[in-house]
Parts: sequence; C-alpha cells; structure tokens
Amino acid sequence: MPRIQSPAELEKFREDILAGRDPQKPCIAVCTGTGCIALGATEVVAALKREIKKQGLETAVDVKVDIRETGCPGFCERGPVVVIYPEEICYLQVKPEDAGEILAETILAGKVIDRLLYADPVSGDKSVRESDVPFYRNQTRLLIGNNIKLNPKSIEDYLALGGYTALVKVLTGMEPEQVVGLVKDSNLRGRGGAGFPAGKKWEFARKSPGDTKYVVVNADEGDPGAFMDRALLEGNPHAVLEGLLIGAYAIGAHEGFLYVRQEYPLAVENVTLAILAAGELGLLGKDILGSGFDFSVKVHRGAGAFVCGEETALLRSLEGKPGEPSARPPYPAVKGLWGRPTNINNVETWANVPLIINRGSDFFTKIGTEKSKGTKIFSLVGKVKNTGLVEVPMGITLRDIIYKIGGGIPGDKKFKAVQTGGPSGGCIPAEYLDMGVDFDELAKVGAIMGSGGMIVMDEDTCMVDVARYFLNFLSDESCGKCTPCREGIRQMLKILTDISRGKGREGDIELLEALAETTRDASLCALGGSAPNPVLSTIRYFKEEYEAHIKEKRCPAFVCKDLISYYIDPDKCSACMICLRKCPVDAILGGKKRIHVIDQEKCTSCGTCFEVCPPRFGAVRRLSGEPVPPPIPEEARTLAGESKRQ
Amino acid sequence: MSEILLKIDGKEVKAGEGMTVYEAAKSAGILIPTLCHHEKLTPYGACRICTVEVETAGRKRLVAACVYPVEPGMVVSTRSEKVDRTRKVILEELLAHAPDSEDLRRLAQEYGADADRFEKEPVFCILCGLCVRYCSEIKRKYAVGFSDRGPKREIIFIPEVASRECWDCKECFELCPTSYVQAAYVLAEALAFPGRTGVSPPEE
Repeated sequence: MPRIQSPAELEKFREDILAGRDPQKPCIAVCTGTGCIALGATEVVAALKREIKKQGLETAVDVKVDIRETGCPGFCERGPVVVIYPEEICYLQVKPEDAGEILAETILAGKVIDRLLYADPVSGDKSVRESDVPFYRNQTRLLIGNNIKLNPKSIEDYLALGGYTALVKVLTGMEPEQVVGLVKDSNLRGRGGAGFPAGKKWEFARKSPGDTKYVVVNADEGDPGAFMDRALLEGNPHAVLEGLLIGAYAIGAHEGFLYVRQEYPLAVENVTLAILAAGELGLLGKDILGSGFDFSVKVHRGAGAFVCGEETALLRSLEGKPGEPSARPPYPAVKGLWGRPTNINNVETWANVPLIINRGSDFFTKIGTEKSKGTKIFSLVGKVKNTGLVEVPMGITLRDIIYKIGGGIPGDKKFKAVQTGGPSGGCIPAEYLDMGVDFDELAKVGAIMGSGGMIVMDEDTCMVDVARYFLNFLSDESCGKCTPCREGIRQMLKILTDISRGKGREGDIELLEALAETTRDASLCALGGSAPNPVLSTIRYFKEEYEAHIKEKRCPAFVCKDLISYYIDPDKCSACMICLRKCPVDAILGGKKRIHVIDQEKCTSCGTCFEVCPPRFGAVRRLSGEPVPPPIPEEARTLAGESKRQ
Repeated sequence: MSEILLKIDGKEVKAGEGMTVYEAAKSAGILIPTLCHHEKLTPYGACRICTVEVETAGRKRLVAACVYPVEPGMVVSTRSEKVDRTRKVILEELLAHAPDSEDLRRLAQEYGADADRFEKEPVFCILCGLCVRYCSEIKRKYAVGFSDRGPKREIIFIPEVASRECWDCKECFELCPTSYVQAAYVLAEALAFPGRTGVSPPEE
C-alpha cells in the first residue's frame, strides 16, 4: 500500500474498504482483551475457526462468516464475551465447546442460543442484544463501546468506523489555535487524576516559546485493579493515536511518545502495530496527508514504578533518568522532556479528542455535570457482582454504578464503602451512595477521581486493614525523594500495622492525623499529596472501627487476624471431624465422638474451621475483643454414639 | 531582568525574575532553614524543611522555598503556625533516623520537635542527597548514588568508581549533616577495596 497523499485519497481508501464489506454478512466478534484471554478467549477463537472449516462454511473463494478478534468491551465478569453481527446477539461466558453450536444454530439457522444469553439474576429475563444487557444498557459508551466493533490490529477496521476523520478535519480546515479553542470549549478535563482542563494545558504548551515541543501519552496506569487505559490502548489504539496527532498539530509538536507500562504486553503490541500501520498509510511521518504537518511517535515501555504515572517522574524516566518527580513550576508545558515544552495527557484524555473534534464541543458539554463534562470510564471491581469496565456520564450516582450497572453486592451482603481513585483515593461510605460522581463532588467527600479505579467493599471489610493495605502499597511505590512522603508513609504504615495487630495506643488517631496533614501538604508530588487519603477518609467515616481496634482490641469485621480467635462451641460440636481434617496447622484436637477443641497456641486464625463447619451445626464461632472460653475438660469431651446430634 | 515585588513576613521584598522564594528571603535578611539545599547545587526540594506558606490569588498553600519561584504579589509567611507545625513533624521524622545530628538537634530546639515521638530506626542518613548531587554535579564522578526507593532508599558508593575516585577527594564528607556518608564510604571500602584509603589506586 503506497502512502496516502491527501484527504481525498484517504476518503477513497475508506470507501474501498466499505465497498468490500457487506454489513449483512455474519461476523462473530470475540473479545480477546487481556481479561477474556485469561478466561479462554484464544481457545474460543480457535474452536470457532475449526468449526467454520468443519461445517463447510469456508470455500476456496469465500468464508461465509467473519471472526473478529477485538479489544475489551468491559463485561469482564462474564467473559469470554462474544457478539454476533449484524444482529448484535451477545453471548457471555462462551466456551470452546459452544463453537459448533454457535455456528450451526445462530449463524446458519438464525436461532439464538438461550443458554449463552445474559439472564437477570432476579427475574431470569434474558437479554439478546448487547445493548439490552443491563450492564451495558445503563452506560454511555462513547469510547469503550467501539472496542467490540473493531480488530485493534486492523487500521482498516478503524477507518471503516470513520477513523481519522477528525484528523482530516483538523488538518484541512482548522488552525492550531482553533483546535486548542475547541478543546477548551469542550471543558475536557484530564482523565489521569487531577482533572486539569486539557485545553488550558494545550494552550500553555502552544504558547510556550521554543521550536521543539513534545506530546506524550501517559499510559503508565498503575492503580491496582484499574485497567481502563489498558482496554483503550489494547482495544482501540488508533483512537489514542488520532487524539495525539491532533494534539501535536494544535501544540506545534512533531514528535510524540507513548509511555506504556511493561506489564501491558498486549497494549504495547497493539499500539506498536497501530503506529506501523499508520506510518505505512502516511498518517504518521512527513507531510501527513499532504498538509505539510510532520509527526512521528515512539513507544517507551515503563519499568514498573507506580510513581512514573506522575508527569514529571514520567518525563525523567523517558529521558533515561531515575523516575523521580521534580518540583513544579516549571510545569512540563514550559520545561518538560529534555527541557522542552511538553504536553502530557492520559490515554483516556487523548481518546476523547477525536470524539470532540468530530462531534463538536456542544455535544461533549451536554454530557456530564457543570464542571465535569463527558463520560468517564471506571474500573468497577471488588465486592460487586458485575466487575468490569463501565463508561458513564459524569454526574451519575454511585448507587447507579454499583447497583444498576454493577448488579449490587454478591451474596446480597451489606455495602460498606467504595474506594475511588486508586491506592491514594478515599473510602466513601453508604450515606453518600446517592452523590453524583464528578471531579469536584468526589473531592468534597475526601476521595478523588484519580484515573477511575472503583473498589466496592462489603460488610466483611475492615477499614483499618484497608487503610493499612493501601499505605503498604504506597510505601513500596513512594520514590523516597522527599521527607514528608517517604517518612510520613513509613510512620503511618507502622501505626496502622500496630493498630491492626492489637498494639494500637491511645493517641494513635491524632498522630495519624498529624502525619497525614504534613504528608498531604508538604510533599513534593501528588503521590505524597494524596497518600493520606485512605487514612483520612477511613478515620473520617469509620472512626469507631479504629477505636474498637485500639481500645477494645476488637476487629468488628473479623479481618485482622491478630485480633480474632476461633472457638468451637462444645454444645454444638458433633465431632464430625471436618474442621479437624481441614485445619492446615493441626490445631484442632479431638476425634471420632470426641468434641473438638481448638489449641489456641497453635491456631493461626486462618478461619478454615469457621468456613467448613456445616451450617447445620454452626459450632465454630469467631471472637474478637473478648476472651476465649476455656476448653471443656478432657473427660467431658466424649459424645455418646446414640446422642449424636443431627 | 524584571523586578518582582512580593511580601515576605510582612516585609516588601524586591526580587529578580527566576529567583526562588528562599533566595528572595535571604536577600531580605530572612533566613529559611534548609537541609538539602546548597548554593553550588541545583535546588532539589527534597527535605522540605524550607516549607513556607504562600498566598497567591487568595489561595494559601505550602511550598518548598528552595525550589519555588517568586511570583508578583505573592505573600509569603516563613513562620506561620502551619509552617512551624509542618517543620516540627518533618524534624521528628528525621530524628528517628539521625537522633544525634547537630543540624537536626539545633532545629528541633527551635521548633519544639520531640526526638522521641517516633520509634528510633537509626540509619543515620536523612537522604538529603548532598553527597550524591555534589559528586555528580560538581565533581562529575558519580561515585555515590541512591539505590532502591521509598523507605528502603539509601545512599551507596559504587565500588568500581569509589575505589578509583574517592581516595583524594572525600569532599562530600564535609557536606553531610549526619556524618553518615563517611560511614557509608568506609563500609564500601572495607567490603570492596580494603586498605586503599588515602592511597592512590594501583595503575591498571
């Protein structure tokens, strides 16, 4: 394929692609994003291909059905996800064994396979089309909705969906200032964490003096459990590239970098292929589409430091130096990569750009709240039925996300809190379930948007343990350069660990607050600035749990192992031997017809006995904050055969 | 260079563009405490003991004076209650590692810092990075550097370089606020190139 020299040639190329495609031809789209691959999507694709041959759907000249390997549409809980076009029939949890039936029944006979459809857990109602599944129905999938419609390794697929029309629009009819103006008008705020207006950032970089400028994609997504940027890069890399090209044109940059974490091999692969394909077509390189605009982009793989998601640390890392943040100002827009003006935005921010250019700022500002426009992709994980990626308009309530889309809490347990914004986010309690989610509302309740992590916690979660867990993560990931972050996190983690081990002291809460204040206000970068959030938000909303740990040495959620004991009620024990056999440390004494007793010295509080004791006996009790009753005397432990309880 | 007018501790101060708050305050005779700062080195902004409170456009916040540039109309307070409270906690955190550092003890007295507030973990180094930066920026030898991150961060001498370069330099020893760099050097020497202190390395 020779380089495309002009917008007209690109349109011709697009028309040729579309002309060669019959929209009515059956196509089986299989998600082969990282999540579905782990669930066996590769085997599903292989089985489908085998069955196509076996069922004679492939002739020397034609295949009667297409298979499209796509990126992640978001419903990871029910993967591997399959969508059959043109009817958009959505099959979930598809196994390789289903391949033959899908081809014979759905493709050839036009019948829907009931068993593979989404069934409402309450009513049992089935959803046939993808858009009818409640998980999807309640979303606004402007970005991630395209993933299932294209093969990320095919630039033709992206072009067939109207890809690169925003680039053409910009290169042929807009001055760079107009592009900046449009992005400013859209009020697009950075999706990486702080929510700084992207248009303003672009304007700073554009106005910054200097001939050489850079644009950077921040794809160093490091929040545990968050994978929206991965899904976008894996599933629709050209959208990110197109956004970057437009930004480069607007700012006056001719070189760009994509900083992707090494732990995302498929994202690296797909975006590298996308860059190659775009380069071959002439959408990257010199004189793009005859416009005179030059732009090239390189992929840089991050070596695995969370702090490199912070923009100044990322730029240092890109320069080959240790990934440590530096003081701002000067901001990257003035002095960024190799001292040149640099504009750095997160993957999701860049992916929004073609949409804004194509559909206008009015379209974009109609979605969302007054100060947060557009949609946001959240990574909905934790104690929620439908885990996955959800794209929702800003301002949607937490309740809608967790219950309408997420399907509520498994086992219908009680909701306790939702942690937003990654490890340095805050825990929001049930009383705020009806708050609208946007940048400012989240900040008001002591949480942050962050990059969109959302971890749901149920009643079995200990909030002290949650704070300890996140501080432990941050302690590993702090770069250690500045005192308040390095030492503040160290001391807070020590105190939290002590509290969770029953060594908490009077005054610990106040000490945590003092440390948190210094860490938050005096740290060099946002990692330290937000690190105290898990501590402060849990103290703010769950202070009584801290007090129970400190004063009563009691863990109300029965999580902190050092504060809980297990005890077998001799009146209920039937000497069934189940717990005795399952105990991993042989801490249970007893035998046939001998009431079981836990040796408290040996017991590690793993909870296995509690879980395996048959509910009809319910003999194992969890205790916290109270003494364990003494074991019954040896001579009283024998159960008479005939009196064995049932 | 255009002049910038700002207020530091109630005093009108004229500063040059590009100056830091620390420099502007110093020019007006107001001394802000520092640990990681050095005239000859690029400002680093790590110890945060120079934290001051600034007010711009009605917004108050803490910044590190050694790296923060002056802005017109900025109102700086070098000893507000919040500043003192912050410096106190930072000193207490550092004293857990280097309880006998004279620089720290002097400052602790000034800010009422309690050396025993946190459990002692005497590693002696406060990671100000003066040795590392002096060695790289001034001497251009790169004989000492940081390793690891977060609470595990430490300074280490790179034996291959240190065995060659350090014997007749040791200028970083003077800069160290806790004397730890000396200990780190001696340790590196004992482990990797024993008996070569004060002796030129053998010709290769």
